[in-house]
Amino acid sequence: MSVRERVGPLVDRVPGEGDGIATGAYAALATVLAVALVLPLGWLVVDAAALGPRALELTLDSQTLEVLGRSVALVTVVTAGSVVVGVPLAVLTVQASIPFRRFWTVLVALPLAVPSYLGAFAAISAFGPRGPLSDALAPLGVSIPNVEGFAGAAVVLTLYTYPYVFLTTRASLLSLDASLVEAARTLNCGRLESFRRVTLPQILPGIAAGALLVALYALADFGTPNFMNVEVFTQFIYSRHNANMGGYAALLSIQLLAVTGVILAAESWIGADDSGAYASRGNRGAAELDLGLWRYPAMALPALVALVALVLPIGIFAMWFLRGGPGYEFARLSFSWSYGWNSVKVSLLAAGVSVLVALPIALRSVRTDSRLSSLTARVPYVGYATPGIVLAIALVSFSLDVSPELLYKSIPLVVFAYVVRFMPQAIGSIQTSTMQVDSRLIEAARTLGRSRLEAFRAVTFPLILPGIVTGAALVFLTSMKELPATLLLRPFGFDTLVTFIWRAEEAGMYGQAAIPAFVLVLVSGLSMGVLLAQEDN
Amino acid sequence: MIEHTVQSAANDRVEPTVQRGDPVLELDGVSRSFGAETAVDDLSLSVYEGELLTLLGPSGCGKTTTLRLLAGLDRPDEGSIRVEEEAVAGPDSFVAPDDRDVGLVFQSFALFPHLTVGENVAFGIDDWSADERDERVAELLELIGLPEYRDHSPDDLSGGQRQRVALARSLAPEPDVLLLDEPFSNLDVSLRTEMREEVRNIIKETGVTAVSVTHDQEEALSISDRVAVIHEGSVEQVGRPEVVFEQPESRFVAEFLGQAGFVSGQLASGVVETDLGTLPADVIEGLGREYDGATIDVMVRPDDLVATPADGPDEGNGEIVHRQYTGPSFVYQVALDGGDSVYCEHNHADNLALDQRVRVDLQVDHPLAWFPAE
Repeated sequence: MSVRERVGPLVDRVPGEGDGIATGAYAALATVLAVALVLPLGWLVVDAAALGPRALELTLDSQTLEVLGRSVALVTVVTAGSVVVGVPLAVLTVQASIPFRRFWTVLVALPLAVPSYLGAFAAISAFGPRGPLSDALAPLGVSIPNVEGFAGAAVVLTLYTYPYVFLTTRASLLSLDASLVEAARTLNCGRLESFRRVTLPQILPGIAAGALLVALYALADFGTPNFMNVEVFTQFIYSRHNANMGGYAALLSIQLLAVTGVILAAESWIGADDSGAYASRGNRGAAELDLGLWRYPAMALPALVALVALVLPIGIFAMWFLRGGPGYEFARLSFSWSYGWNSVKVSLLAAGVSVLVALPIALRSVRTDSRLSSLTARVPYVGYATPGIVLAIALVSFSLDVSPELLYKSIPLVVFAYVVRFMPQAIGSIQTSTMQVDSRLIEAARTLGRSRLEAFRAVTFPLILPGIVTGAALVFLTSMKELPATLLLRPFGFDTLVTFIWRAEEAGMYGQAAIPAFVLVLVSGLSMGVLLAQEDN
Repeated sequence: MIEHTVQSAANDRVEPTVQRGDPVLELDGVSRSFGAETAVDDLSLSVYEGELLTLLGPSGCGKTTTLRLLAGLDRPDEGSIRVEEEAVAGPDSFVAPDDRDVGLVFQSFALFPHLTVGENVAFGIDDWSADERDERVAELLELIGLPEYRDHSPDDLSGGQRQRVALARSLAPEPDVLLLDEPFSNLDVSLRTEMREEVRNIIKETGVTAVSVTHDQEEALSISDRVAVIHEGSVEQVGRPEVVFEQPESRFVAEFLGQAGFVSGQLASGVVETDLGTLPADVIEGLGREYDGATIDVMVRPDDLVATPADGPDEGNGEIVHRQYTGPSFVYQVALDGGDSVYCEHNHADNLALDQRVRVDLQVDHPLAWFPAE
């Protein structure tokens, strides 16, 4: 789901017909969108500027530089780890003759949809300083190293981000012309040499694209560093914010945005040079790598990854579910299904609003080639790429300054944050389905006497409805899992599944979080299902 | 009753049994199945030093599988393959493609898009010294007439140029055998004739032993030293192009090469009575007295026959039931009164109408092939 993948292949088709009013309305919509997106982020600049000359001082402060260094280090380690895990898995499931390939493919892609903080939560709750599994294993002479800290965060993030590399590498491998490898083989290259000299250079852009997505995710991830107590940007911004150092938090947010910008620039630079990396040349499937009897032990690799990333956390949640635990009522922390309802409510609102805003943008960008429409379709991706904590900080500050009574810590603000962050998923899926509608069908309807609007209703709309539903489902499911914006923007006393897990972790009362964690795993599974269904179309 | 102008059958065409030393490539009883489907079925074939042999057959006849078996990209289930006397595939041996001295030019050319033209050609000889490699690449680019494209990307090349680069790349390591998989199918029709000539010249210049695969009979007949017609996974007939065309050994070969029609008749007292009239047995290839009394089908090709409009509705010996205009010529299908159906090829100016009564005459200066009646 790279930003570029969704922005890049906009096929410009029918040039805009003479519809001045529509263009005017459209320009207005574009402006409103841009303002709505940029204005909150602009508040960061206002806040940081209020620091005055201290801004420079704080920027060069040793603590700030340390945070920057640690963030870059975490991103680097996680990105490298994802390549190390993701590429072999892709080669194994695409090219090697292992049994149950389809099963393994889906299984190792699944962690993509699971928010990494669930994994971090499972690890901390079981193996952390107060974790029961550490205690249980200690008498057996097995000592688990402290999972908190940099290493723990790196492992957890790698486990939930490698699927980006896995999926992009897989796409490259699938589009690889199999006869190229065969040609290398007839030119006296062995298997490994063919891989190194022919396959690898061809799939490198795919690997790089996935690696950059991993970098973006690792940089923006909020939950894992907070659970693991690693002072990276997202964690540090939140702690400064809580310490009422709004200006400093804003300054750090701007820095985080700048680093994000660097990664995005790298991505678009690679994107410009990936001719053929994604383009299928319509040749036979990828070359088979016959493993012989090794195909059975080879299954251990995907199995191990799935075990650690999926089975283990689910097992830990199950353990907590069965254990329960005393004292939660005492701590006034007990799970209520109303939290689930709260999650559903705000996520449904976000899905609905997203579709309403995304529909005209997506339709217009596919049907016309005006610069305005392509710009309007791209602007929302700013929100998509903005780390959640940065948006949340900006919106807190914005709402306090503009209208504390109406906006600050209000449901509309939470929904707005979701829409800003996740609407591009709806734009993407609606665009995809709209591009699949043959424009001649609409022309046929028009020659059969339907007006433009009637043709849309009778032909286009039914055909793109699956895309609209998919888009809405994606926004809904990702909103259900959103952590930083929900945490900072929710009204007082308003808990969702996610914020409840956050509070249970803070209080060290893990038992109560088992049910919401299960529900979120289920939500993650559904997200993956939607993505796979979309891929099959 | 019908006059025909058959000239005496001077049989000067003999199947060449020129053995050019030992075969470079030998297939012995090779079989390969995919599930229930047998792609190659007990196929045996020898290819001799320096010749260009083409495997010709309809799609799905197993010719491409045969090529992949030769290259080592696939393993036979049964039988053995020898290159230069060395077993490369057999019951106990299998030599991987990278260890075989066999080159393959792919149908899609399969040029490496991340390498330049020069690097593509040098791909298989990277174990040579830099100087030798440079020299070899220069020599081959010269041979294919593209020396100035050495540093270009394959994307810059036209279809014909890509094909020549693919050819040069396969020739670079000096393979014992060069394989070509449908070498012209990815080219524009207008380019094919030119490239056939060109590819044949390059192959002949290097003297490499080559095996090509195609379903295009014109291509096979025009570029090959020998043609092996493949049918249902095994060799139906192998020989010089003109021999295979003129003296097909089976109905399949006869029908696959050219639009063959058949007229049936019984051999009696040295003549065969057919719808086309009385044919002396000696115009029919190898039809001796010993077949007296047998009912046979004589093969007649479109260019062996001439149809002339009959004078009246009761005249002539057949009726035009189908006509096909190909540009330079018309091919008329004539239903003969006796029930047989034949094709007649005419100059494009000879325009006969559908349903027209015609008289079909045989006009040949070569012996005719025959098959036992079905």
